[in-house]
Amino acid sequence: MTSHIIETDGLTRTFRVREGVRRRTVVAVDDLSLRVEAGEAVGYIGANGAGKSTTIKMLCGILVPTSGEVRTCRLRPVAERRRLAREIGVVFGQRSQLWWDLPTGESFALLAAIHRLSPADAAARREELVERLELGEFLTTPVRQLSLGQRMRAEVAAALLHRPRLVILDEPTIGLDVLSKQRLREFLVTERRDHGTTLLLTTHDMGDVERLCDRVVLVDRGRTVHDGSLGALSRTVGAQRVMTVDLASSVPSLALPDGATHLGEEGHGLRHRIGFDPDRVTAAAVLAAVSADAEVLDLSIEEPDVEDVVRRVYRSRR
Amino acid sequence: MAESPLAQPVARPAPHGGVLAPYRAVLASRIRSQASYRTSFGLDLGSSLLVGLTELAEVAVLFTSVSAIGGFDLAAMLLVFGLADLCFSLADMVVGHCDNLPEYVRTGRLDVFYLRPQPLLLQLVTSDISLRRLARAAVGLVALVVGLVVNDLAWGAGAVGLLAVALVSGTVTFAALFVWAGGLQFFLVNGSEMTNAFVYGGRYAATQPGTVWGRPLVVVFGFFFPMAFTAYLPAATLLGLDTFAGLPDWAGWLAPVAAVWAWVAAGLSWRTGVRHYQGAGG
Amino acid sequence: MLSVRPLSPSVGTPYLRLVVAGFRQQAAYRLAALAGLVANTTFGFLKVALLLATVQAAGGELDGYDVGTMSAYVWLSQGLLGSVNLYGRSEMAERIRTGDVVVDFLRPLDVHAGAVAMEVGRGLFALLPRGVPSVLVGALVVGMTMPTTPGPYLLGAVSVLLGITVSAATAYLVAATGFWLVETRGVALLYMVVAGFLAGLYVPIAIFPAPLFWLASASPFPSMLMYPVDVLSGRVDGLASVGLVAAQVGWLVVVGALGQLMTRRGRHRLEVQGG
Repeated sequence: MTSHIIETDGLTRTFRVREGVRRRTVVAVDDLSLRVEAGEAVGYIGANGAGKSTTIKMLCGILVPTSGEVRTCRLRPVAERRRLAREIGVVFGQRSQLWWDLPTGESFALLAAIHRLSPADAAARREELVERLELGEFLTTPVRQLSLGQRMRAEVAAALLHRPRLVILDEPTIGLDVLSKQRLREFLVTERRDHGTTLLLTTHDMGDVERLCDRVVLVDRGRTVHDGSLGALSRTVGAQRVMTVDLASSVPSLALPDGATHLGEEGHGLRHRIGFDPDRVTAAAVLAAVSADAEVLDLSIEEPDVEDVVRRVYRSRR
Repeated sequence: MAESPLAQPVARPAPHGGVLAPYRAVLASRIRSQASYRTSFGLDLGSSLLVGLTELAEVAVLFTSVSAIGGFDLAAMLLVFGLADLCFSLADMVVGHCDNLPEYVRTGRLDVFYLRPQPLLLQLVTSDISLRRLARAAVGLVALVVGLVVNDLAWGAGAVGLLAVALVSGTVTFAALFVWAGGLQFFLVNGSEMTNAFVYGGRYAATQPGTVWGRPLVVVFGFFFPMAFTAYLPAATLLGLDTFAGLPDWAGWLAPVAAVWAWVAAGLSWRTGVRHYQGAGG
Repeated sequence: MLSVRPLSPSVGTPYLRLVVAGFRQQAAYRLAALAGLVANTTFGFLKVALLLATVQAAGGELDGYDVGTMSAYVWLSQGLLGSVNLYGRSEMAERIRTGDVVVDFLRPLDVHAGAVAMEVGRGLFALLPRGVPSVLVGALVVGMTMPTTPGPYLLGAVSVLLGITVSAATAYLVAATGFWLVETRGVALLYMVVAGFLAGLYVPIAIFPAPLFWLASASPFPSMLMYPVDVLSGRVDGLASVGLVAAQVGWLVVVGALGQLMTRRGRHRLEVQGG
């Protein structure tokens, strides 16, 4: 017995795919050994086709591993699927567990019945989720009429209604606007703090990983290539942020602090792009240095894309 | 290794409500939802009624030229048609959506079932109900009642009992056919029309007197897909008409056996299909 | 979507290419075609059993059908089932519902003619994996009476092409109601029920009682299935068979003109309402 909420040993999954007449074996997940402690928040990242969804399906009991062992909440996912369903909550960004033609609130009522929650427990939990995810204004709106941001919040509430110990989120913020992303991340942070919920998420958004995860697992072609903190990953590949500043007057060059580099300028020195490593220098320090040279009219900071980090790791490995 | 307190199985409250409560909740909600879209529901009912009527007309038209087909006159045919169509419509209403399995797979609804603490097949079966099929069931019911009235039946406990057994077994058999098809469709995602051959073909076969079939049809729709046991054989027993393949004249009473066989096959088909979907071989 | 690049300046060429494109598109669905064939032939065997028993019960001849011609009716109609659109759904219906049809109006092609041409191509393709094998299975396993002179086959080929075209043009009308209706599913369902019955899919219309027969004859539906089957099987021959083909041409003109009108009105409605 271990304390791990997710435990895989040599987990492998292959598929037979047809290419014209010939059949070929594709390894989707290759010898994955992963341990996640209860209460951790893990970002599971990799390029498209790296085997993330396949792993999640094996963790939930939807797919049977080709070889290797998997325990989720100490249960065998396929054999003990129904017990496991009470312990985990899953949000698939691309598929809905709500009833599209019903009011959002009625979907919650149905899920409460499906998980056989007591009316008192269901009401309390629902109230908590409605308040924290700000669902109140559209509880009577049919799901098909919700905006994407509203729908994702409703999906998260649906997955968490039965107080799962482990929440798996597959691309939860895909397609959301900045504000909706922010709301969702804040909610997940609070949920984890208050209930000790374990999070495992796949995402293309580095912001999700930074705000939510204290550990990053990076997979490439089914294999783990990094398992550790995001900082460690960033240091390995030099993930940096890009600050773009618009200045009131043209400045040919800027004096920048250590850890920041000048990436380029446009409009004859009116717009500059500056890269910096957030572990070594803060955005405020960079801004202060620029302000010393010219008045800053406007600025934006881009977070590095997960794809970008992944690409750099992959490149360094090949 | 130190055990984190969080990893201990949390003492979950015992499930609330009866085991059937989740299914009841979903079905009640589906019913409310369909009834609330009045106009489209009315249109659906109307077209479903029309489907039932043309199917009846298809049989009745033949009797404008002949008085009996395969030893069954119009009155006897009404009984066969009524039994078959009523049972099929009821099964279609309750489990007809199992036939749309490729869509459940494509849209991910099936994966969502995996995340809920109920058996997959039960969730699928109770995930929807098509009330509009009631209109078609009504056509079957009327045909059956007319058939019972115009035929010269020896009413008694036996006749009533056989009728009840036939109605229940027939509905259960057709329901099995839909699940049987669902299981196969895990393999036939782009060729799901294949199962129409025995689901809708089965319905068509069930409305026919088995006396018109040659040996291959007797094997396929008499026994393998036991369509003859849903309507034709019970009607033959009830009216004292010819049975096929040398079956005794009480063969109509075997309808429950056919229903059991159909569910054994459906269960195997579903199990194999799910194993294939999960990639466990099969 | 397809690129339509005329090889010659001839006006008809793009439509011919759409026919070919529709034909190729279907070729991608081999399993679906096999599935359709299995379903077709299963229904064929059941129809044969019931209808031949009916012919026998009538003393070997029923409203002009004997065992051989009835079998020919069953297998030819089952064979055409995959090619003629009797179910009322079409790609165009989906394009109108989603608003994608706006793109079609930007092309230098007649939207109505283009959509029908595509459907005809699909229908013609279906003759290969579904039509011909169904008829072969029927001919080999059950046997059927077919004409011994080339005439009915030649006229029959024309009649089959016309049947496919009339059905595609009529199914287009169902799709075109989508310019005005939010949901055309109900219309398609109604079409399916009425078309199948009146086209003679279940029972030859010659067996219908007189009022039903006249109702069917006054509709475009027999032109889709019944007439091609009658001409091809030689049950109707000589001048009468030419008459059936003429009726098909007549119906094609009627539903074609209606399609043009609805497309123009629908386009106007899109322009006014902005999709």
